[in-house]
Amino acid sequence: MKPSPFEYSAPASLEEALEVLAEAGSGAKVLAGGQSLVPLMNLRLAAPEHLVDLNGVGSLSEIRADDGGLAIGAMARQSTLERSTLVEELVPALAHAASHIGHFQVRNRGTVGGSLAHADPTAELPMILLAAGGRVTVQSKARGARAVEANDLVRGYFTTAIEPDEILTEAWFPRLEGAAGWSFQEVARRHGDFALVAAATVVRLDGDTVADAVIALAGVADRPVRAAAAEELITGEAPSAALAEHAADAVRGELSPTGDVHASSEYRREVAGVLVGRALSEAAQRAQAGS
Amino acid sequence: MGKAAITLTVNGAEADGLVEPRRTLADFLREDLALTGTKLGCEQGVCGACTVLLDGQAVRSCLLFAVQAQGASVTTVEGLAASEDFDALQKAFSDNHGLQCGYCTPGVLMTTRALLDTLSSPSENEIREALSGNICRCTGYHGIVEAVKELTAAQA
Repeated sequence: MKPSPFEYSAPASLEEALEVLAEAGSGAKVLAGGQSLVPLMNLRLAAPEHLVDLNGVGSLSEIRADDGGLAIGAMARQSTLERSTLVEELVPALAHAASHIGHFQVRNRGTVGGSLAHADPTAELPMILLAAGGRVTVQSKARGARAVEANDLVRGYFTTAIEPDEILTEAWFPRLEGAAGWSFQEVARRHGDFALVAAATVVRLDGDTVADAVIALAGVADRPVRAAAAEELITGEAPSAALAEHAADAVRGELSPTGDVHASSEYRREVAGVLVGRALSEAAQRAQAGS
Repeated sequence: MGKAAITLTVNGAEADGLVEPRRTLADFLREDLALTGTKLGCEQGVCGACTVLLDGQAVRSCLLFAVQAQGASVTTVEGLAASEDFDALQKAFSDNHGLQCGYCTPGVLMTTRALLDTLSSPSENEIREALSGNICRCTGYHGIVEAVKELTAAQA
């Protein structure tokens, strides 16, 4: 198999990359780790006229504590999330979820920015960004830098708010602080496969009751979504197995996932409920342990 | 859409090429350098047959363009065959029936090499997780896992 012919640019700086991208027009694509784009090109489902390769832009790989959270350069490899003590300390859910992305050979190349910009509805990282309430920075030559909040980033299947002349340069995740706990749950046919359903929760306690909760899901819609009704249901209540089960039922009620060859709509809905139940219990336990 | 001149290190020796940007590293290795030990299965990053080491890290050579390997060091199964401890690798896979048709074997060996380089005494779970990115349709994996367990036990 061979991709369609394309022009190839390997800029050495972000400024140069933005300039090349602006000149190349809408037929151009940014190449990060290539673990999603190149399969699509090999299958000729994607045929960009021009690839702007960011692998030579060393400044985009930094991971640092910033603004009460964790800033991750777009070209940071997914495998570095698993090994970074800073990630484990500030956003543990991210380190944990990263180990579920593909296989380690894929994570050695796959990047944080690439996964967020690709916006696969079953992908782990856009869901974690949503659950954490993070944001990304995108830049263009014409308009400079702007921030896009997690809930504005993904607009549908493989579609984001990023314009053709923009590059996602950094993702920012707020630090999990205080009496808060997290959980990440995923069901896939085999380890390393695309998730059928994945769930991420954050539960913050105020004394014995839930001050606020976030329930995010992947694989149940055209983008990562939050289960708002279930979140509201448990806020102000004391965490318990019964409450988690009650929330799980609410999740089953508010979702209408699309079925496909991998799993039916009914199965995804059922699994989403089960995973949310488990994820709320685990997050509440972690919050209690940490408070 | 002209061709680009590239220079990289393949199995310790300098390799030059003149390639279209769309030429994958796997095709460059197999067709331009005649290193056909690296196999192509799915060409979409799933099967693992094309796994090589890029600057010491296991990657899919079907998902990299040869132009991206400019200046890098690539190790293929042919390079592994020239390494000091290859006899042990070969013997472990042979003794444990870690292959049948052999098509997936080069990729499995490169994954095994990367695993042995990163973890000194991996658990069976870690071995199975590392190998989960290499599809084998013959062995049922049991012999492969046994071979890798024997190697890691010898290394520990």
